[in-house]
Amino acid sequence: MTTIVTPKGAPAKQVAKDDSMLKQKEMMAAHYDRLTNAPETGDKVASTFVPGNLNELIMCFGLLNNLPEVNAIQSGLRRQSGAYVLEAEKIGHSEDVCTYVKSDIGMMAKGNIGPNGKRLPDPNVLLLSYTGCFTFMKWFELLREQYKCETIMLHTPYMGDGKITRNMIDYMVKQLKEEVIPTLERVSGVKFDIDRLREYLKKSAAAEEDLVRVLQSAKRKPSPIDAYFGGIYYIGPIFGAFRGTDDAIDYYKFLRAEVEERVAAGKGPVTPDGDMEKEKYRLVVEGPPNYTNFRQFWKMFYDEGAVVVASSYTKVGGVYDFGFRHDPANPLETLAEYCLGVYTNRSLPMRIDMLANYINDYEADGLLINSIKSCNSFSAGQLLIMREVEKRTGKPAAFVESDLVDPRYFSAANIKNRLESYFQMIEQKRAGARAAA
Amino acid sequence: MATSLNGSRTAAIVARAQALFDDLSFTAARAWKDAAPDRKVIGYMPIYVPRELIHAAGFLPLGILGGGDQLEVIHGDAYYQSYICRIPRSTIELGVSGRLDFVDGMLFPSICDVIRNLSGMWKMMFPHVYVRYFDVPQNYRDDIGGNYYVNELAELRHDLGTLRGKPITDEELNRSIAVYNENRRLVRELYAFRAQRPWQVPAAEAYLMVRAGMVLPVEAHSELIGDYLAAAATEERPRRDNCRIVLTGVFCEQPPLNLIKSLELAGCYVVDDDLLLVTRWLTADVSTDGDPLQNLARAFLHQSESTAAKYEPNLKEKGQHLVRAVRRSGAEGVIFACPSFCDPALLERPMLQHVLNDAGIPHIAFKYAENSGQMQPIREQAGTFSDSIKLWSAT
Repeated sequence: MTTIVTPKGAPAKQVAKDDSMLKQKEMMAAHYDRLTNAPETGDKVASTFVPGNLNELIMCFGLLNNLPEVNAIQSGLRRQSGAYVLEAEKIGHSEDVCTYVKSDIGMMAKGNIGPNGKRLPDPNVLLLSYTGCFTFMKWFELLREQYKCETIMLHTPYMGDGKITRNMIDYMVKQLKEEVIPTLERVSGVKFDIDRLREYLKKSAAAEEDLVRVLQSAKRKPSPIDAYFGGIYYIGPIFGAFRGTDDAIDYYKFLRAEVEERVAAGKGPVTPDGDMEKEKYRLVVEGPPNYTNFRQFWKMFYDEGAVVVASSYTKVGGVYDFGFRHDPANPLETLAEYCLGVYTNRSLPMRIDMLANYINDYEADGLLINSIKSCNSFSAGQLLIMREVEKRTGKPAAFVESDLVDPRYFSAANIKNRLESYFQMIEQKRAGARAAA
Repeated sequence: MATSLNGSRTAAIVARAQALFDDLSFTAARAWKDAAPDRKVIGYMPIYVPRELIHAAGFLPLGILGGGDQLEVIHGDAYYQSYICRIPRSTIELGVSGRLDFVDGMLFPSICDVIRNLSGMWKMMFPHVYVRYFDVPQNYRDDIGGNYYVNELAELRHDLGTLRGKPITDEELNRSIAVYNENRRLVRELYAFRAQRPWQVPAAEAYLMVRAGMVLPVEAHSELIGDYLAAAATEERPRRDNCRIVLTGVFCEQPPLNLIKSLELAGCYVVDDDLLLVTRWLTADVSTDGDPLQNLARAFLHQSESTAAKYEPNLKEKGQHLVRAVRRSGAEGVIFACPSFCDPALLERPMLQHVLNDAGIPHIAFKYAENSGQMQPIREQAGTFSDSIKLWSAT
């Protein structure tokens, strides 16, 4: 069911949301309450990152999972990140570097107030899962300097040759066994129980199965979901603090049923302005979105009848659509394999293969790249990706630029212009194809 | 008379190094390759690769450091957005323009996401070239990171052996380690000499001497440095009233030579730096007895430089390498020169600045690109820094 929601403080504007979106929002709010209540409840907190997020392992020690990137996203959505970024630049951080980092550091400098208006707790441990992004390493060194708490490095080797080797798995498992787990035991005071981990992993796999069905529903015409803007809601629980929980299983079952209902009714995706009427363009999108103007950015798509049928960003916290599932039979190996396989840890040729395959499998009209100033892990090489995917698929590609959470780098007129030109390009291609036939 | 003879000798050595530096067609490396059949050239990017393995295969390791300020980048810019640093675009330019068409393999070390992704781009753009992303451990335990690294080294050794058509033996590798130990000793000697008498070894000359090692065979490079040290030691050069600084942040994209010269002209003797770290990454001799891969791994884990691309597990140790560099070289301040859009250098900088503040060491910072042309602002900033040190450091 689609509900019309009136956001607080903006009575004139009503936003349509699916029930699953409301449910997701409740889950996230509850988690933030758990986090901000930690000083009272005595819960201990582990900060970690979305790519390579070892939520199942963190839960084995009764720790709460805090994700600085998600905090930065929340600040972006709430239009607070601009001031945080400026604050970080004021205290010496370069204008050239990642704005997730600066939003996080600026937020700390201004009292570390979370999206529920309460102070986020200091972490008891920083679990630096160094997966697919160089900046992560520096980010946690910066946080360690601030919090002076225990910091664990879990180094995930990069899949430069497009494969996971035995050496990579052994290296990661050994780090988990001899560095990560003993430190988490010490910090939490909880003894590691591998059977508890297996239970969580089993639950992860169940939720992952439903998530994949949801994402792959976009192969239908019309697509019942938007796999980028809507997809960001869908990945929230599984990329965050809920993977491995009953809540996640329930959420993805619920979401899948909701999407199946949309399919049965022949509906397109829900947008903030209600159900999308006619699907005119099917796109694959590479790169993260802009969060400071998220709805405005989305509107530029659905106003033109453009739906995103597959995206790489919804794979940064795990790539599940090629068959990987967390495997309770091999608990530590599966965590290693999960980290190794996340999108940004994949080589550039692997990313090109993935995007070209999406275009073919989802019968998309082309590739759109939203290149993010802050994120070299994504952005360096995207112009080659664009040309190569165009060459392989024969479908047109386009390139827009913005930033994650820095409002200074969102130029609505520029992006809108480029998108409109791109849609015209797709029309011309179609007309050419019709004429040739 | 002796002075002028030595002066001309030094000038001739420097002129040779300058010619190697200026040559964007890599004529010397091409000539080396053409001199015998079956010779191969393996390019590598900053910060560190174990050049011993390449040498042991009988190949020439070739340092690729972008295009500097003399290369016009035409094609390279089409591959990168404006907010990506300059070194990958000029490196692509070198490749696309055919300047690297004699290079048989390229190694892209684990330094940042840009160089990491460039490894995949190179695979796509130059499919006939052997390309490897060279990952190094961020865990420094012998039984964890060490084992991983030994296996990575073994894989590289295997690949290079395959390129040669014959496996690389332990004896070959130990011989190469000895050759590089000697080279590292000479580079360290050059750095120590400069720290002691920086007026005798201008920073630009020291840079050119070390930079020559990116294109020359290691034996020839060691000879060059030895000759330079002998010549420079006996030459009389005027001592300026300069302050002494450590230059840091310059470990990947190279600053223009003019920038290095400008610092000294502005009153700052460079007494240590993190330029061309590959030449002294390993800080002590690597053992030539026993398993060479184990020895290289142990050296990497326990006797290697600290830099932004390496994780520092110990908070108290963070940035102390810079404080030690200042103390060791008798420096009076630190200049952070970071390439624009360089994640490692720029993310690291605030942490290092905090450490320097705690240690009472003055510092300044600016950014550059390899093709920066306007040195006046840098000269003014460095000059003011120098004046402030000389005027106020005693108080």
